[in-house]
Amino acid sequence: MNGSIPSEFLPVLLILIGTVFSFLSAVGLIRLPDVYTRAHAASKSATLGVLFALVGTFLYFLWEEGYFSIRLFLGIFFVFLTAPVAAHVILRSAYRANVELAEQSVQDDLKEVLKKE
Amino acid sequence: MIKGMLICSLFFLTFSIFAIIYRLVKGPSAPDRIQALDALGINIISGVAIFSVLLGNTGFFEFILLIGILSFIGTIAFARYIERGVVIERKHSE
Repeated sequence: MNGSIPSEFLPVLLILIGTVFSFLSAVGLIRLPDVYTRAHAASKSATLGVLFALVGTFLYFLWEEGYFSIRLFLGIFFVFLTAPVAAHVILRSAYRANVELAEQSVQDDLKEVLKKE
Repeated sequence: MIKGMLICSLFFLTFSIFAIIYRLVKGPSAPDRIQALDALGINIISGVAIFSVLLGNTGFFEFILLIGILSFIGTIAFARYIERGVVIERKHSE
């Protein structure tokens, strides 16, 4: 190590950070108590992890080969838009299907609003 | 070193996919399993990106976009099925 870092070091480091984020979200998916907290872990940090990995891939091919991939760019944009929407729709269906909250949750504001309808 | 870092990230990704499969098998309710399938699709996208860097091949980028779109559509369809009982609603004409 004489201080010269190769130019593909930063994109690959981004990919490594992204997969570490995916691993943390998977640990949250195992350990958290109910479906709402699990979706909280899975949607946010898995989206961030896959964004890091895709941006790392994009920068790798941009710097190494000068290849600007518009398909990968569209993929990044699409994943960034749709992953939170998918988590929202799943949780909405879970609440409408009366999936129980965890025992240590303290307040359920939506129940009275739904009862009034 | 670059190759070692990529192999290490594939290692982390494999462990997260195993954790998701555990949730997919065990999950007590149906939305748990749908959530696990969605996370599985997203992790597969990340795996395809890592493999395309590892092979130095740009031919797999269509699959990233395609798996993203298919995973989103499948998730929306399953969630609508759980919430309303149908995926595509018909017009009531009576």
